[in-house]
Amino acid sequence: MSLIVAENVSKHYQVAAIKVSKDYQSGEIVVQALKDVSFEIEPASFVSFVGPSGSGKTTLLNLIGCLDKPTKGTLLIAGEDVQKMDRKQSARFRGNNIGFIFQDFNLIPVLTVFENIEYPMLMVQKVPESERKKRIMMLLEAVGMADQRDKFPDQISGGQKQRVAIARALVTNPKLVLADEPTANLDHKTAFVILEIMKKMRNDLQTTFIFSTHDQKIVGEAEIVYTLEDGEIVGKQTKGGENNG
Amino acid sequence: MANLFKIAFRNLKRYRRRTLLTASLITLGVVFVLLFISVSSSFKSMMIGQMTDAMLGHLQVHRKGYLASIENLPLNMNLKLSAYKKLETILNQQGEIEAYSPRIKFGGMFSTFVETTNIRLNGVYPDRELKTVPLLPSRVSNGGGKQLGKGEIWIPELMAKSMKVNIGDTVVIIATNKDGSVNGKQFKVTGVLESVTGPGGRDGYIHIEDAMEVLRMEEMEVSEVAIRLKDFDLLQSFSEKLEGILSGELNKQGKPMFEVHTWEKLSPFYNIARMIDLMSFFIKLMLIAIVLISIMNVMIMAVYERIREIGTIAAIGTLPGKILSLFILEGFSLGLLGVISGNILAVIIMAIINLAKITFSFGRQTGLILSAKVMPMDMLTISLIVILISVIASLQPALKASRMEPIKALRHV
Repeated sequence: MSLIVAENVSKHYQVAAIKVSKDYQSGEIVVQALKDVSFEIEPASFVSFVGPSGSGKTTLLNLIGCLDKPTKGTLLIAGEDVQKMDRKQSARFRGNNIGFIFQDFNLIPVLTVFENIEYPMLMVQKVPESERKKRIMMLLEAVGMADQRDKFPDQISGGQKQRVAIARALVTNPKLVLADEPTANLDHKTAFVILEIMKKMRNDLQTTFIFSTHDQKIVGEAEIVYTLEDGEIVGKQTKGGENNG
Repeated sequence: MANLFKIAFRNLKRYRRRTLLTASLITLGVVFVLLFISVSSSFKSMMIGQMTDAMLGHLQVHRKGYLASIENLPLNMNLKLSAYKKLETILNQQGEIEAYSPRIKFGGMFSTFVETTNIRLNGVYPDRELKTVPLLPSRVSNGGGKQLGKGEIWIPELMAKSMKVNIGDTVVIIATNKDGSVNGKQFKVTGVLESVTGPGGRDGYIHIEDAMEVLRMEEMEVSEVAIRLKDFDLLQSFSEKLEGILSGELNKQGKPMFEVHTWEKLSPFYNIARMIDLMSFFIKLMLIAIVLISIMNVMIMAVYERIREIGTIAAIGTLPGKILSLFILEGFSLGLLGVISGNILAVIIMAIINLAKITFSFGRQTGLILSAKVMPMDMLTISLIVILISVIASLQPALKASRMEPIKALRHV
């Protein structure tokens, strides 16, 4: 696809991948983690990438999250070509446009619940204090953690940590939230609650959620499900029933 | 910045035991260095005080070339009266000078009528000499009223012992003047002088008029003028100033008439003072090594243990510069902690040392009280060195953290 076409695509889609490949060098062997992957994701959608281990889900999420760069192809995130960004620009772009939810929660252990959520606004976006407090309290209420705001991560449960992680991912009003196996370390009931919170956030804030998951509950809730196998998209299923295998 | 500090402090609190151990090591280093500086500088200033206040004066003026042949005490290198008068006029105009004392130095024979030995003598005006070297009376033991009058002599302690001379004994001084004629004069021993520089001192004191009589001087000639300043700290600047003024005074050949020397050029003990400074320097180097290694070790561990955390903060958009600052501030805070506790502890120990009134000996002086004190500037210098080294030691681990690829860091197990 030409650059002009790619730019036009970017105007409509939150994420547009055009023949994206990613190779890794493992000793003398080149491993193709992604092979000519193309897809588009519209704003405010709930998208899931599924597939067996080693299918390329995490690699794809890393590329969408501007944590890595494609070896080949064009990847446009919120209209920006990630290939053209240097290290600092990538960091700034992530800070302003992308929220991350990790499988292991990855909260900063020396910061309280409140401070963990505040961190991206303080260190990355420099939001004024009154605005910061307003946004944090709104999100703490939304994820049901307002009464735990002064606790440190080691004083709360796994489900509570993931709620905090969701609030942290959303506090900067990102265009995109990437969640890598967000419910993998949670029990069934907690995973359901977390999923409900994310859906509510998507509805309230119109944020695009992209998951990499094995969890059938998330898969069931996603509007679009891409199936990956050996670094290729082998299926796309939309909630309306469209199935492109 | 305040938030970065907050995170740095909390991270230090997180590894409490390690932080305490490292901070303690830095604290001990700071304490040792400050104590060494305080005790050695106390010893040094006492030593300098003894040299300058009991013998040399702060600085001396001689006729040009005199110092090069001072071992021979050459009478033909004395300042003539006219030159001394010129010098006196200049010295009287200097507000920095507290007192000065002209001396006639010469070598002679000391005879007890039974035995004879050689002696170095200083002819002085007792009142002016005491104003210039006020600790001189403290060196006089076995004396009566400790006043040096005409016809009296103060002799070195070792000479008194070896020649079996006691206070009140009559002795004879025989000397050759610059024309080669020999003259002698009887003196009454009224004081025995302890040497500042330890055994071997052979300097005695007589009244300047007696010296002139022994040397058959028709008008006074002066070997040296010892000067005492109101403020010892002005020594270098005043010495340069006086040198500048005196360089304008030329002899008949058009060459400079005078030479100025501070005590440092006159006493071999200056080398000891320099050695103390050198030892202080090496002790400071050891402190630098302690701080550098301990902080670098802690910070390398901190980065290694927090790779995933670094990956997380980098992933959510923290710029490399902020990650760098975060770890540097951690090292800085650790250094600061060590510096503050080290300074407090050192001041407490110094107060205890001063209260204990520990005594020591220097040369023939015994019972000198060790006064441990450190200049605020020394404390500030040590503190700044430690903090600077802490930052430098943190730099490599902090750079490593800031350059980490978030994707690799997040994968770290």
